[in-house]
Amino acid sequence: MESITSDKQPLLLQRIIPVLTMNHRKLVKTSRFRNPTYIGDPLNAIKIFNEKMIDEIVVLDIAASKEKREPDFDYIGQMASECFSPLAYGGGVTSVAQARRLIQSGVEKIVLNSALQDRPELVREISDAFGSSSTVVSLDVKKNMWGKEVAGYVSGKRTKNESPAVFAKKMESLGAGEIFINHIDRDGTFLGLDNQLIAEIQASVSVPVVAAGGAKSVEEIMQTLQNTRVSAIAAGSIFVFRKNNRNSIMISYPTSPLVSQWQMIS
Amino acid sequence: MTTIVDYGLGNLLSVQNMIRKAGGKSVITSDPEKILGAKRLILPGIGAFASGMEKMRSLHLHEAVNAYAGKGLPLLGICLGAQLLTEHSEEGDVEGLGLIAGHTKLFKPESEQYKVPHMGWNEVVPFAEHKLFAGFPGTPRYYFVHSYYMAPADQQHTLCTTQYDHKFASGIHKGNIAGVQFHPEKSHLYGLRFIKNFLEWNP
Repeated sequence: MESITSDKQPLLLQRIIPVLTMNHRKLVKTSRFRNPTYIGDPLNAIKIFNEKMIDEIVVLDIAASKEKREPDFDYIGQMASECFSPLAYGGGVTSVAQARRLIQSGVEKIVLNSALQDRPELVREISDAFGSSSTVVSLDVKKNMWGKEVAGYVSGKRTKNESPAVFAKKMESLGAGEIFINHIDRDGTFLGLDNQLIAEIQASVSVPVVAAGGAKSVEEIMQTLQNTRVSAIAAGSIFVFRKNNRNSIMISYPTSPLVSQWQMIS
Repeated sequence: MTTIVDYGLGNLLSVQNMIRKAGGKSVITSDPEKILGAKRLILPGIGAFASGMEKMRSLHLHEAVNAYAGKGLPLLGICLGAQLLTEHSEEGDVEGLGLIAGHTKLFKPESEQYKVPHMGWNEVVPFAEHKLFAGFPGTPRYYFVHSYYMAPADQQHTLCTTQYDHKFASGIHKGNIAGVQFHPEKSHLYGLRFIKNFLEWNP
């Protein structure tokens, strides 16, 4: 699936976004937010994704908040210098000053999650300072013990008993310019995207929604983009594992047929 | 050597990265003297129009950029930097540099399917032949993120157009001055080719 060309092209402006999850300077991929599998070097992965002319990339340091670490500014700057598409970063961001350093390092969008547990007003502060389009709130969604989907943050450890759509709406009113949905129960499972949830959240807010968690194929992503009209689908596993096998690593992305034309002249 | 104007707003490193990738050299400065002495100038920027103009004024950069532009050397505005070239913006109702006649206006789509900001990759169609789009193998796609768009007063100052809720000028130009709403520095090979062309542009 290195370069799938589908006749079902997404709408112009709809994005397909690889998500790189890292722990310190190692690229890892979780399943249901657990069992991180070592994938490789994040810088190398960024370089390969760039050659494929990705729409955008999201880099999340999944251990930073847990370990109460600041973002690794120096390393993120190195990643940004290899990245010629928009780059969003999340992990350990707790202040406007940190967000400023990230933006000065070449990051376009700041992804907020854990810090909002104690200080939801951080969304407003970052949005006021850098604009709502640089302010992304990541919602962790999982089923509660009654099988109902609920949203929250802190990597899903502390969820609120609130519907994801209501939660997303709140984040929008605080100044979020984009809502990133992370479906924990589906993360790394290849079980498929939750179209109903995506459509529900998409309908509840007027800012762009990016949905992640469970993608099983590029065809499925194209279909979900068409059916739900969601702004973007993000995925980790299908872009780093070969044939959905967690033991076989291969970076891939549905490259547009335009790319080879442009590579020839460059 | 390309001089990049630093007025405290924007992702200057990305612009510098793309220039390096295109084989050029650049320097970032907020010193009006250095801007006046530049041979090739980029005015980048993201964020709000009013705070952009305010910062330009407080650093005396608006005079420097206007004086530079008067010398006939190449000037490229990117995103907010392009909007600042116009006379006025609805965002904050403030005056711009006025280098190209026209206004910067807010998107007001009638249909809900067009969200504001206009964010993502969209096609850019050159309006007339121009060095900045020379040697392109097809219609390029660029990354956009903006809520306001440039509306040049004179149609001949349109550099390129993009279709959103309506067709708008995604680039404007006048002689040695050009401004693009999209982000060539964040647009892969489409942006690389554009920046290469800018580095070779001798208006």
